[in-house]
Amino acid sequence: MVDPANTVGLPVNPTPLLKDELDIVIPTIRNLDFLEMWRPFLQPYHLIIVQDGDPTKKIHVPEGYDYELYNRNDINRVLGPKASCISFKDSACRCFGYMVSKKKYIFTIDDDCFVAKDPSGKAVNALEQHIKNLLCPSTPLFFNTLYDPYREGADFVRGYPFSLREGVTTAVSHGLWLNIPDYDAPTQLVKPKERNTRYVDAVMTIPKGTLFPMCGMNLAFDRDLIGPAMYFGLMGDGQPIGRYDDMWAGWCIKVICDHLGLGVKTGLPYIYHSKASNPFVNLKKEYKGIFWQEEIIPFFQNAKLSKEATTVQQCYIELSKMVKEKLSSLDPYFDKLADAMVTWIEAWDELNPTAAAAANGKA
Amino acid sequence: MSSSEINKNEVDIVIGALNADLTQFLNSWKPFFSGFHLIIVKDPELKDDLNIPEGFDVDVYSKPDIEKVVGAANATMFSGYSCRYFGYLVSKKKYIVSIDDDCVPAKDPKGVLVDAVSQHVTNLENPATPLFFNTLYDPYCEGADFVRGYPFSLRSGVPCAASCGLWLNLADLDAPTQALKTEQRNTSYVDAVMTVPLKAMLPISGINIAFNRELVGPALVPALRIAGEGKVRWETLEDVWCGMCLKHISDHLGYGVKTGLPYVWRNERGDAVESLRKKWEGMKLMEKSVPFFEALKLPESAVSVEDCVVELAKAVKEQLGSDDPAFTQAADAMVKWVQLWNSVNSSG
Repeated sequence: MVDPANTVGLPVNPTPLLKDELDIVIPTIRNLDFLEMWRPFLQPYHLIIVQDGDPTKKIHVPEGYDYELYNRNDINRVLGPKASCISFKDSACRCFGYMVSKKKYIFTIDDDCFVAKDPSGKAVNALEQHIKNLLCPSTPLFFNTLYDPYREGADFVRGYPFSLREGVTTAVSHGLWLNIPDYDAPTQLVKPKERNTRYVDAVMTIPKGTLFPMCGMNLAFDRDLIGPAMYFGLMGDGQPIGRYDDMWAGWCIKVICDHLGLGVKTGLPYIYHSKASNPFVNLKKEYKGIFWQEEIIPFFQNAKLSKEATTVQQCYIELSKMVKEKLSSLDPYFDKLADAMVTWIEAWDELNPTAAAAANGKA
Repeated sequence: MSSSEINKNEVDIVIGALNADLTQFLNSWKPFFSGFHLIIVKDPELKDDLNIPEGFDVDVYSKPDIEKVVGAANATMFSGYSCRYFGYLVSKKKYIVSIDDDCVPAKDPKGVLVDAVSQHVTNLENPATPLFFNTLYDPYCEGADFVRGYPFSLRSGVPCAASCGLWLNLADLDAPTQALKTEQRNTSYVDAVMTVPLKAMLPISGINIAFNRELVGPALVPALRIAGEGKVRWETLEDVWCGMCLKHISDHLGYGVKTGLPYVWRNERGDAVESLRKKWEGMKLMEKSVPFFEALKLPESAVSVEDCVVELAKAVKEQLGSDDPAFTQAADAMVKWVQLWNSVNSSG
């Protein structure tokens, strides 16, 4: 068994890294009580709260946090007809927060995620670890058997090519979860009591050309480098699928990061995931995804972006065309999704005009 | 999988003896080597007699034995750290576990000695998952599973060809790194086993390794010798080259390579700064190897491990031979190795 950290009495971090360069995006439909536990680590930062569901419900934000809150009415007001690309009644709506942020970095966390303890019992400052991950290079071109070579006490092993030791810029930091693991519905049904109690003390880069299941519960990224690709798709109300929002974004960002020479890390930090969602409800949401992903994975594994695609937006539009071309036959949903991907980019560029012009990363 | 569940008859523990006195080494491993058959191969260039304590089921091979099996001309293939490959050659078992003679059992964070042999065999007996990354690492171990979003068709995994373990205390760093950070010791116990993804290259260390001999034996090639190769790991690259070949062949044949647990505790030996004084050839060779392996595509017709090694050797000779004589020699050694493998193992 594993418990969350008790952070009562911990002082608020006096030296919060990137305080003015990072926004915390939180989707919520219930309440934000969990932020009380996170105070020592998150209070200095600006929050963007995306309220899903009934817009008339008042979401209480704990005292002391600086925030902006958007409900469905706000999303419709800001985006107009383009609001159709933002999911309703699904935490996928969080990507609206990425779009309206004006900061360089985003940390996103679910409202049932608490502070974890490391094996010594110390409370884990997840945000600080994510920032460290983002600020230091990734190594996607050659696997280091001692994991993150830039970490204190670690290094590149014998045989690691010297020409690759500078690494590449890190675009995404994918954290993990103690207690309730991020299992799909079938696994949850078979193993309802399984808890993740294993604290794996490592950060590593996911190699170039390798896809992974990206979970949006505990995630940070460089919005300038990869933001436009972090679209969480069409999920929830009126859609045939749910719980594949972060997965979809993860496959897209990995293909694009590989193409642009950016790195994606996974591993630390851990958060403590407290709530197991209803596996029967989950099964209904995921059902189609379980079949579709068998086709979707080879699609992404074989997706080749053109040399001319040098910005994230260009890459993403190219991907959307491929989705329309290759996945529409799987289900008309993908036709809609491809259109929504384009709408998303149009909306992104409208709200973030200067970023649209600049070429970022390298093809 | 505990020691009691492993079929010890399927495992050979192969030790390359670069030190004559193996008393401390073997006694420290006794709890975990007990019940297993050991093959100890003495570095042909080691002059002193081996000192092996009682209580082990062991076959020892030294220079005359090596020469008898492979001929005097080929015996040089098995000098230094490469002596262990002779053990791989003559073994009759399914799995090999190989540990350098300057390593002893490590302790896990609970203070319990790590049974590296059991962990390696467990790794080898369970499938690998190179086609899609599982963010909770080994999905087959107790308390873990595949995460949401992991395709179901990929959940049965592929056969595991090799298990690459790690090192506490003195990690396997190269000479420049260790010389720069003389006091650095690895104290980080990362409690995970994971599969190295398809197409990802990595430096495989020979210090603490196990493999499925039946599956990929011929791919463990004693081939690359750098000029001035020495008797400390800082002065070798044979295992890194072997590992690049092994990974490429495993990828081609649809097998997996795991990395992570088990840890061993590696002791002081040699002087990184001293090793640095020798011109470090390894660096240059690695730089040339990387783009070669990255672009390399073995032909579809290469369906056996032996075929793959021969094709790889051909490609090395063609594409890297002119860059450095070490590569030509490596290619020749690889071809010779396959011939030896076939002749030694055809009767067995």
